[in-house]
Amino acid sequence: MKLEYFQMVDRIVELDPVARVVRAACLVPDASPVFEGHFPGHPLLPGVLMIETMAQTGGWLVLAVLRFQRMPFLAQVKEAKLRTFVVPGQALQVEARLVHDGSGYAMVSGSMTSDGKKVADAELTYRVAPFPNETLRAQMLETARRVAVPEAFLDG
Amino acid sequence: MSSTFETVAGIISETCDIPREKIAPESHAINDLGIDSLDFLDVAFAIDKSFGIKMPLEQWTQEVNEGKVSSDQYFVLKDLCANIDKLVAAKAA
Repeated sequence: MKLEYFQMVDRIVELDPVARVVRAACLVPDASPVFEGHFPGHPLLPGVLMIETMAQTGGWLVLAVLRFQRMPFLAQVKEAKLRTFVVPGQALQVEARLVHDGSGYAMVSGSMTSDGKKVADAELTYRVAPFPNETLRAQMLETARRVAVPEAFLDG
Repeated sequence: MSSTFETVAGIISETCDIPREKIAPESHAINDLGIDSLDFLDVAFAIDKSFGIKMPLEQWTQEVNEGKVSSDQYFVLKDLCANIDKLVAAKAA
């Protein structure tokens, strides 16, 4: 994770288009400017970044299912539960399941664990729209390769 | 259509917290009931799930934005229900 660049997902561990589930590995950095403010003397991964991590994981699933022809934009977060503190250096396993692939929107159920314990979960809605420009699509494809989204899903 | 309308009206009432008695077949989802586009996604999800269909919202929105059809055709509830019935029938065919 590079928190200040909003790079929350380190690596896609598994992506199953039939079961419509993705699993990702995310390692909270030991140090980040974010921890200077959140909180001084008691560094914690902000809850909004826990939600963002689940949203990005689900976003990779939606992108892969749509073969990078459309971009998911987070539109709604429901039933978000931040169950435990997340601290610098902690390894997170994130899972997202595609609940519904609608026309122009997608619903995903996200969850996060660490050492087998539930950390957070949320129901996420995305608006799914054409890429606004080629720059963004190219950047998403480059990032997809960095986080090891399987090549088969990048072929649009 | 009547049972479709009852289902859709129930979904809208529950999803958007609108009293059921304010929802009529002639109601326009946006103009009369004040459902915004984000809330309509929840409505669409519940309709898709209840009827086992995928409403082509992108196509409908595009047609309205391009002025090809009035928004009434897709967002007045009796017309929305007629379109749902068509999608259900097409799926069963």
